[in-house]
Amino acid sequence: MSTAAPAPASTPAAAGEELLVVDGLRKEFGGLVAVDSVDFVVRRGAIASLIGPNGAGKTTFFNMITGVYKPTAGRVVFAGEDLTGKPPHAVTQRGIGRTFQNIRLFQHMTALENVLVGMHSRLHGGIIRSILRTPGLRREEARAEQRARELLDLCTLAGEEDWIARNLPYGDQRRLEVARALATEPKLLLLDEPTAGMNPQESDEFRDFIGLLKRDLALTVLLIEHDMKVVMGVSDHVTVLDFGEKIAEGSPKEVQRDPRVIEAYLGTGALAEGRR
Amino acid sequence: MRLAWGLRVAAVAAAGLSLAILPFLVGDYRAFELGRMGIFFIAILGLNLLTGYTGQVSIGHGAFMAVGGYTSAILATRCGVPDYLTIPLGGLTAGLAGLLFGIPALRLRGLYLALATFGVAVAMPSIAKHDRLEGLTKGTTGINLPELHSGTWLYGVTWAIAAALFLLAFAIVNSRLGRAFRALRDSEVAASSMGVNPAAYKVAAFGISSFYAGVAGSLYALSNAYVNPDVYFVSLSLFLLIGAVIGGLGSLTGVIAGAAFVQFVPPNASSILDAVSPFAVDSRAPGVPSVILGAALVLVVLLAPTGAGGLLRRISAPLMGRLYTRPGGG
Repeated sequence: MSTAAPAPASTPAAAGEELLVVDGLRKEFGGLVAVDSVDFVVRRGAIASLIGPNGAGKTTFFNMITGVYKPTAGRVVFAGEDLTGKPPHAVTQRGIGRTFQNIRLFQHMTALENVLVGMHSRLHGGIIRSILRTPGLRREEARAEQRARELLDLCTLAGEEDWIARNLPYGDQRRLEVARALATEPKLLLLDEPTAGMNPQESDEFRDFIGLLKRDLALTVLLIEHDMKVVMGVSDHVTVLDFGEKIAEGSPKEVQRDPRVIEAYLGTGALAEGRR
Repeated sequence: MRLAWGLRVAAVAAAGLSLAILPFLVGDYRAFELGRMGIFFIAILGLNLLTGYTGQVSIGHGAFMAVGGYTSAILATRCGVPDYLTIPLGGLTAGLAGLLFGIPALRLRGLYLALATFGVAVAMPSIAKHDRLEGLTKGTTGINLPELHSGTWLYGVTWAIAAALFLLAFAIVNSRLGRAFRALRDSEVAASSMGVNPAAYKVAAFGISSFYAGVAGSLYALSNAYVNPDVYFVSLSLFLLIGAVIGGLGSLTGVIAGAAFVQFVPPNASSILDAVSPFAVDSRAPGVPSVILGAALVLVVLLAPTGAGGLLRRISAPLMGRLYTRPGGG
């Protein structure tokens, strides 16, 4: 199977326009090539997944899109604008929100404040107006708080607004990360292994939750997953990385059958076993 | 609710009134001491905005106090600016110096940033004595200010400014700006991924914090009626940081405890040692204040790492328990 084959028409959401176009993206750390000239497209309204074994370069790829790392070569074009090498805060302003694989909440702030920080680039209160507490600023703050509560509700965190983030249960912390990312008003939401450390039931719930985000908020989602099973239910399009290279892409079913993917996940022995 | 508000207003009014008549009850020298405590309150408040809220450790705020103090002295003696007007100008000059220092400091984090700021504190006396600046700073002799104010004057002016700057700090901490500061402290990567520009906000925190230090330094110069390179001694910076830790990093109300500590503990170290030490030691020996400071710091870090502010929160925790623990445990 050709690795460059586009997704077939069997996935209707994939018919949307190109929202994120990654062109020949490459990252070297010293002599090590973490991501090797990967081309990648996410279409508007789709749930795209990036999977691969541990150390395949998934998070490095994410970090180049979000501006945490500067790519060694290649381009990142989002909604028609070249974002290559832009700092993370500028990328967020353009409409890419993200969560972190290892939870990075603002631990000593409340759940509500965490979400309010997410709105940072959508609010305008500067130092002078903050000091004077002008009516305009108060209105803005009141609206922001209202919106933050709605987002917490959406992520089933109602009633936990005033909790210090680090005191929340693990699953709630994961959902708070999503609420905070949604507060940035993203066009594209990047989720970095959101079900890591969850038990099967929590993973199932989270899968439903991602589907809900797509349906209710018309979001485009790029999901990184380590676990094949998690992505198969929700994804419209799956891309597989191994040792920094794209080894396959297509619909979940196509990818699942791809011998190179099976090999990457289970080793060559498994493939031989399967043939026997 | 309305009753609670009434009580609160009454309490604030009563506190304000008793603070206003306090200097007339305790005498001018005590008023002077309390005024000096107010100066530390202002400086530690500013340091807390930087270290406690933004997570950038500074052991160099004595140097920014010096900038404020020298600015005041120079303006008062050379340009005839009235003393009270030199206070905001001292603050602004120090704030500008802080902004300028904050830009290269962006490359440094944690321990390295702390060491760089300490370098500024160490260098400041030598800078003040430098030949090129001697025309301005009058070298080792320093500058005598035209007027020596009374303790009551210092008390009134200092605490009025301190109250205003406390409200300012409160407004900052609870605004979009303060949220960005705290977000940077908790995780810089996450904060920038939420749209916070780390460089801009870290430099802003340095500027605001140095403004506070400058105001404090200016008042410090006015309280002495002179400045010289030794007024803003190297370990003053260290005292401020100790005060911030004792008050509780990330707590504004706790700063009052930190200020009281810095003002009253080192000079009274000998008598404190006499009172608490079970051993027969020479409490007048040199170095005793440092030992007491060190011991107090170790005790605070071990027993109450969140400082006075943290203790206060823990006491009031039953009232706001759900902020810190899950209702019904768990």
